[in-house]
Amino acid sequence: MNLQVELLEENSVQRFKIVGEIDAFTAPKLKEKLAAVEKVVGMQAEVDLSEVGYMDSTGLGVFVGFYKAVKANEGHVKIIGVNKRLKRLFEITGLEQVMDIVMEESRDADATV
Amino acid sequence: MQPYDYIEIRVPAKVQYVGVARLAISGLASRLGFTYDEIEDLKIASSEAITNAVQHAYKVDEEGEVVVGCALFKDKLEVMVADHGKSFDFEETKKRVGPYNDQEEVQFLREGGLGLYLMETLMDEVKVHNEEGVTVFMTKYLGGERGDEDAERTITS
Repeated sequence: MNLQVELLEENSVQRFKIVGEIDAFTAPKLKEKLAAVEKVVGMQAEVDLSEVGYMDSTGLGVFVGFYKAVKANEGHVKIIGVNKRLKRLFEITGLEQVMDIVMEESRDADATV
Repeated sequence: MQPYDYIEIRVPAKVQYVGVARLAISGLASRLGFTYDEIEDLKIASSEAITNAVQHAYKVDEEGEVVVGCALFKDKLEVMVADHGKSFDFEETKKRVGPYNDQEEVQFLREGGLGLYLMETLMDEVKVHNEEGVTVFMTKYLGGERGDEDAERTITS
């Protein structure tokens, strides 16, 4: 039950690759990593969840916080690599209506939301 | 009353044990024959309840414990999570939780507070007792209301 966060910069997009499980134990670490850059003005960020095996409301809380902070600094956050399970979580909480969420490239034809 | 197997897990009220209890519940749900999706629902709902309990219990007493009781029936799993810490008012809490909607300004999105809402959405029944700490009772039925028809039962051998 570990969590790794890697930050890659590609064409001025900050891409966070998150690997592991996001829960009450690991969320503070994730929050800290994201908070380190959220004040950058006009940041284009991508959060890749394709290697996240578990997430609950603690993870959603972290992403909402990050989304708000980046937006307040005129940036944008895109959540990518969202599998069926995670999509359900974003759906039932209504967050997919508000945030920019892209499904994992697989099976589903209606991948982009 | 139906016969059932009862398993109790007691963990210190520390966040690093939430995942341990979650794994145990996942194993029990698998034994009962829940589908993959149902097990994932159970994992999230239980973790939400345990996380709440850990946070409430910890505020009162750093040495606190969280008790997770699981009753395995033929057709359902009941999960009971008890802290013995600070209580919250269910009705009051309930008013403040719920789905986000796109009418809301992003600035007003609430962080946290979704735990109870997720429990109610992912389980078939959720009850909260508020005497000497908070106790959450949650039930999920096998082949429940939201069962995916294309989902296969997990192997229960």
